[in-house]
Amino acid sequence: MTAIYKKELRSYFINPIGYVFVGVFLTVAALLCTYTTLKSASYNTSAYFSFLIMSFIILIPLLTMKLFSEEKKLRTEQLILTSPVSITATVLGKFFAAFTVFVGSLLVSCVNFIPLYAIAIRERAGQSYSALHIGPVTSEIIGSLIGIILIGAAFIAIGMFISSLTEDQLAAAIGTIAVILFMVIMGLVNTMTDASGNPIISSYAVRFVIDWISVLSRFYNFGYGIFDFSALLYYFSLCAVFVFLTVRVYDRRRWN
Amino acid sequence: MIKIDHLVKNYGKNRAVDDISFEIGRGEIVGFLGKNGAGKSTTMNILTGYLSSTLGTVEIDGINVLDDPKAAKKKIGYLPEQPPLYLDMTVEEYLSFGYDLKGCELNKAKHLEEICEVVGISDVYSRVIKNLSKGYRQRVGIAQALIGNPPIIIFDEPTVGLDPKQVIEVRNLIRTLGRDHTVILSTHILSEVQAVCDRIIIINKGKIVADEKTENINRAVQSGRRFNVKICGPQREVLAMLRERPGVVYAEALSERDGEAYSYAVESAPGVDIRKGLFFALAERGWAMIGLEGAGMNIEDIFISIVDQSEKKKNKYEKKRTRKKAVTRNSRELEIADAIIKKNEEDKQ
Repeated sequence: MTAIYKKELRSYFINPIGYVFVGVFLTVAALLCTYTTLKSASYNTSAYFSFLIMSFIILIPLLTMKLFSEEKKLRTEQLILTSPVSITATVLGKFFAAFTVFVGSLLVSCVNFIPLYAIAIRERAGQSYSALHIGPVTSEIIGSLIGIILIGAAFIAIGMFISSLTEDQLAAAIGTIAVILFMVIMGLVNTMTDASGNPIISSYAVRFVIDWISVLSRFYNFGYGIFDFSALLYYFSLCAVFVFLTVRVYDRRRWN
Repeated sequence: MIKIDHLVKNYGKNRAVDDISFEIGRGEIVGFLGKNGAGKSTTMNILTGYLSSTLGTVEIDGINVLDDPKAAKKKIGYLPEQPPLYLDMTVEEYLSFGYDLKGCELNKAKHLEEICEVVGISDVYSRVIKNLSKGYRQRVGIAQALIGNPPIIIFDEPTVGLDPKQVIEVRNLIRTLGRDHTVILSTHILSEVQAVCDRIIIINKGKIVADEKTENINRAVQSGRRFNVKICGPQREVLAMLRERPGVVYAEALSERDGEAYSYAVESAPGVDIRKGLFFALAERGWAMIGLEGAGMNIEDIFISIVDQSEKKKNKYEKKRTRKKAVTRNSRELEIADAIIKKNEEDKQ
């Protein structure tokens, strides 16, 4: 597994794709942070994180599209599948490589919070009374980061699974965008209300079902700085299901 | 070393490999022959664990591939038809990845250096694979198969796309490897098998149609008495005379012409030497024999005959027709092919 992990990680950075991902991610994060906090004179980061999740619709496929499709196209999967490595280890190696690049970029993007804290310190210094409530809420930021990491992991697992279905990188990317977009939109539709404040989907049963595929609805608790174990379990099982499905895709191909 | 027992592989309704059984011993170099789509690559892919069989068992050095795939895969080095190269890596990175992937426990730097030395890629060690020529890429693929010193090495068409000098180099390499490895070589180039392998397995439409030591086939080929004769004289009459000579099984005029001399292909019955008698008979008529050379039998023809024969067995009408044609053309090849197929069937029983 470590061999595959190292190779995948390296391949992100001997190709432009890794740099493109990190570059776009950091730029988008910086812009979002500027507009949602500094420009609107707010310490509230919840809008920033919500928009960041939207940007994953485009960003995550960049990471996952080539994971398996390229191997299939170049026939290099033959090398891996005839080596003494299990398919599960191969899939996990690739998953964690993409996950590492994602988490790394996310952690680097945390520099965006430095100006917020710096401004808060200056503002507090000018106050005569105890002004600890001024500034960004650290627990909310940490909670949101954890939530975002979990959502990212789930998206990566989905993207990886779609990549294993095709040998065309572009098809993998578009498929992943479509699936993630669908999941995000369903979550939004679920929370929408009409003018009188009633949810636009009136049937409770339908909302309940949609809630299952909505990755966003479980994120909000993290945004309040609440560590939600059921959400953790949800994202974790989402990852596990798609890792398992990817393994099955490969296993099944051998038998057909 | 390798034991395949009643192997069957279906692709949907298509049967690619149909009940194949054979055993390969330690240190053998076995050539796997067959037309395109005969089931060579499928068999190899099953051997290496890339595909699973529908029925039947594969044992590598006593280990069932299904029971312990990791241990079995560790014993095999495999070069697929299209070398599995990561084009954006350097040769060094690629081999190093292969080394890690196979979980070897040798001295890494030294081992890789040795392999590069053997395969002849030391001078491109730090170059990106994308920029290498086809020959070098193929050799990098071979190097990958040698990592970890596996006792069994499987090559799927290793010389395709190489220039003649590289072909000879690769063949020599395979022969060298055969000294302490079991090598399986799939190819459709017959001279390659003849040059390199100890044993030939011919498969057609997923079935083994021949399994024979190379030397036996060589012997059968050489025992043929076939000559190309150049004779000055009127072509039709000379040909008629040749056909009437005792001991001549078959004679045919060739399209070659050298001044007033025409060339003929003549085949004698086994164990009869017609050369001397022919010389004097021609001299009597005043036709000069100005050239006589032994024409070896062609292993390609034997191969084609074997494949044809095995196919035609199912189709009586076809069989009759080709027989008729074959008697006048390649009677000896057909005989040899028949013998080999027959022997193979007897072995099976």
